[in-house]
Amino acid sequence: MTLFGVTIVVLLPIAAIVGGLRGIDPATFAQTILSPRVLAAYRLTFGASLIAAIVDAVIGFLIAWVTVRYQFFGRAFLNACIDLPFAIPTPVSGIALATVYANSGWIGSITSRFGIHIAFTQLGVAVALVFIGIPFVVRTLQPAIEALPPELEEASSVLGGSGLDTFVRVLVPVLIPAWLAGFAMAFARGLGEYGSVIFIAGNKPGVTEIVPLVIMTKLEEYDFTGATALAVTMLAASFVLLLAINVLRRHMVSRQVAV
Amino acid sequence: MTRRRPHELALIATAVVIVAVLIGLPLATILAEAWQSGLGIYARLLRDPLELAALRLTIVAALLAVAFNTLFGLLAGWTLSRYRFWGKPALASAIELPLSISPVISGLGILLLVGARAPLGGWLEAHGIRIAFAQPGIVFATILVAFPYVAREFAAVLEQRGIEHEESSLTLGATAGQTFFRVTLPIARWALIDGILLCAARSVGEFGAVSVVSGNIQGITETLPLRIAALYNDYQTTAAFATASMLALFAIAVSWARSLVRGHLERRDEDAEQRAAIGASVAA
Repeated sequence: MTLFGVTIVVLLPIAAIVGGLRGIDPATFAQTILSPRVLAAYRLTFGASLIAAIVDAVIGFLIAWVTVRYQFFGRAFLNACIDLPFAIPTPVSGIALATVYANSGWIGSITSRFGIHIAFTQLGVAVALVFIGIPFVVRTLQPAIEALPPELEEASSVLGGSGLDTFVRVLVPVLIPAWLAGFAMAFARGLGEYGSVIFIAGNKPGVTEIVPLVIMTKLEEYDFTGATALAVTMLAASFVLLLAINVLRRHMVSRQVAV
Repeated sequence: MTRRRPHELALIATAVVIVAVLIGLPLATILAEAWQSGLGIYARLLRDPLELAALRLTIVAALLAVAFNTLFGLLAGWTLSRYRFWGKPALASAIELPLSISPVISGLGILLLVGARAPLGGWLEAHGIRIAFAQPGIVFATILVAFPYVAREFAAVLEQRGIEHEESSLTLGATAGQTFFRVTLPIARWALIDGILLCAARSVGEFGAVSVVSGNIQGITETLPLRIAALYNDYQTTAAFATASMLALFAIAVSWARSLVRGHLERRDEDAEQRAAIGASVAA
């Protein structure tokens, strides 16, 4: 029954995409996925997702640490806010981000005075992905930090380790599997993200156009083969990347056990 | 309580500022833009038949998706945590697949499966059943993207809780059904609610997959998220933000509910153990 449900809902649509490849001859396939516009979209999608996931990993660690380890007024409220980027529908986030970071918006009007334009640039794409990815890092790290006895850090500082020593030598090695898992989830979410990006990006072909949007555009032009070719490449690329991150994570866990 | 060290304060302040700027400001913008010409906008929106049709479709699709995914999640969570079988890791990964696939690609998959040009879609169409570019397609897309949440949370908590209470319930003579409803469900209750909340948020807000299968037929296959995009692209900014603010308020409610559930989840260790133990003896 479980298998039946998964097959109908998830596996059949995916199989339909891969099956859609049969109708495409290799030359058309190569031409589609290697066109300059598509290559630029790949570069932007992977680049912006990677940068955003790294930023999320840093600020996500900080937020997770603060919300788990410190008692302060408003802690529960801060913690609840972390769910918002997940809970808010993506087009809602999209138009909100486009407005805030536009040159006339609350943040955009400040940064544009220093010559930094965010909305309708590649930077805007990254900013939207930072927003959308943050809950994944925080929610993955929090249980790991909770499980960590505070005595660990105390022991490190009693033994003369500085704050930085404690962080790099004690906390990072223990938390890295959860940290990487959160990073991978934020990264994966960024690769596929559509709704929150398209409004802030400006969608200029070759410059601020992400892969999911190119797929969408091809569908609107009834170019089903083109859309399928792109979807398959994207599926394969994210699969390989996430597999690599998972292998790295396993490797780190097993090394820890060995130590 | 120990004295707060200065670096603690600095870290807390930094985290608060980051969350306020990154999440707080965009949220405040939605409300500011929606309310800039007064709250009368809501009265106007709720008289608009297109807006009402979108609201209805969103609610119906979300309810169906939550109901289906909850039932499936119970089944899958139970299967994954209580049985050992060949291919179990593959099944678990397949359930989580929608989390790491672009919604646009999921939508494309549905289109290629049940679109009029696909073999299955063509056959259904010949029998008068239309899925793609119609309301059933919206429901299918919503189910697909919100698929993993309940199953994941339910499986995780059952895995972590172990099987002893169920075993004692069964040993004491309770039926499998009694054991499930009086022992397993109480153990997993809060995790289950958490999964349903995540599933509901995702269902109500789905955009990418839905916009692929919708065909954007106003008043028929337009959900609220699609309507927000259409209004915004049509320069009806205030109406777009007012509609967006309704969904934002729903998102705030979900986040708030999750924080209540988290409180229960933290306490569940002692609590649920006791309840389940009582359940086991009562069921017996």
